[in-house]
Amino acid sequence: MAHIKFTPNLKRFFPDLTEIEVDAKTVSEVVTAVDNRWRGLADYIVDEKGALRKHVNIFVGDELIHDKTELSDAVSANTKIYIMQALSGG
Amino acid sequence: MSNKLLLGTRKGLLILNKNGADWAVESEHFEGVPVSHAMRDHRTGVIWACLDHGHWGTKLHRSSDEGATWEEIEAPKYPEGATRPPDDKDPATTSYIWLIQPGGDDEPNRLYVGTEPGGLFVSDDGGDTFQLMETLWNQPSRDNWFGGGRDHPGVCSIIVDPRDSRHVTIGISVGGVYETVDGGETWTVRNKGLYADYLPNPYAEFGHDPHFIKASPSNPDVLWQQNHCGVFRSTDRGQNWTNISQEGGPVYFGFPITVDEKDENVAWVAPAISAEYRIPVDRALCICRTEDGGKTWKDLRVGLPQTNAYDIVFRHGMDIDADTLVFGTTAGNVYVSDDRGDSWRCVTQNLAVVYSTRFI
Repeated sequence: MAHIKFTPNLKRFFPDLTEIEVDAKTVSEVVTAVDNRWRGLADYIVDEKGALRKHVNIFVGDELIHDKTELSDAVSANTKIYIMQALSGG
Repeated sequence: MSNKLLLGTRKGLLILNKNGADWAVESEHFEGVPVSHAMRDHRTGVIWACLDHGHWGTKLHRSSDEGATWEEIEAPKYPEGATRPPDDKDPATTSYIWLIQPGGDDEPNRLYVGTEPGGLFVSDDGGDTFQLMETLWNQPSRDNWFGGGRDHPGVCSIIVDPRDSRHVTIGISVGGVYETVDGGETWTVRNKGLYADYLPNPYAEFGHDPHFIKASPSNPDVLWQQNHCGVFRSTDRGQNWTNISQEGGPVYFGFPITVDEKDENVAWVAPAISAEYRIPVDRALCICRTEDGGKTWKDLRVGLPQTNAYDIVFRHGMDIDADTLVFGTTAGNVYVSDDRGDSWRCVTQNLAVVYSTRFI
């Protein structure tokens, strides 16, 4: 199971957002899984084509994901995934 | 007579309340979040707000209790395979919601949403869901749509004919004017008479930039348009446009246009120096009014700053209710006139950039 952590800024829109463990093989599956738990959350992370929003970052471990279009980066068991707000705008 | 104002600003939605001659902020919503447009649907009383989160995308919210509580609605989404005009190289996604408008009074569940990059969305379930108006989106002329102040084309004006809800006129900035008379089954380009100094052929059929279009409430055949390249008026619902810009005066470039509720010959604009500058003419804030269909214009400056002013008014930033006009500026100031623009007073200042003002 991958362990998902979120920027606290998302709690403004999803007040009961917590760390969660999901069964997923790719980052895309992670987004689907967290959206199943908090309906509408995916729309805050990716656009309607499934691409990562411009000012959102997702890290697998310490590494930024490479595929921001399809979110195909692999996720293995016990991986920590961080869904963060990018530091755009200074 | 309206006693409330909805202000969509760069840092949230404000509701102002009138108390005597004063207008004061009554409540704040979506603190810190850009609100690109807000309006109240006169048919249902529902207040709608279009949000533009810097990080989390565009969102739609509605309130049925005057803003006490809000419900987030799934924002319009471009369908699978949709690509962005004009070159169709990139996927089309909703990058900005320009405005939301009610449908006709005889179709209470219909709403329209104008978006960037050029999609008009429609809802027939009271706004629960929105679908792309594919007939407009697939116009062959869409390869003449492109970005202006923003990077991509946007539907910025939506006019539903109060006499016939199937008759809808929209403005795409940059793209031009399109009209349907059959509820969106077919569309006709309505750019005849418009001028575009940024095109090789300024009178080209496509590629014009109507910043904002309004219909005269007293005669919906009369349309007014503040364009990137002048002010235009049509008396035949857009089939022919006449340039009514002011020779030797400030009325040329600007964003908003507001029309008198009873007189089809009366309108107001907020002039600015054109594209490269986007500042008030002579750094003096001025609203201009015509009372003869655009033949002549009068400067209205009483109560407005006449030195060192850098305020301009965005396209949805001016509104009218009977003899009362309001506009909000890019410098976060809101001015009200109770005498049709003859004199103005600043009712609040130091707000964030004002994107939209609507009496409710």
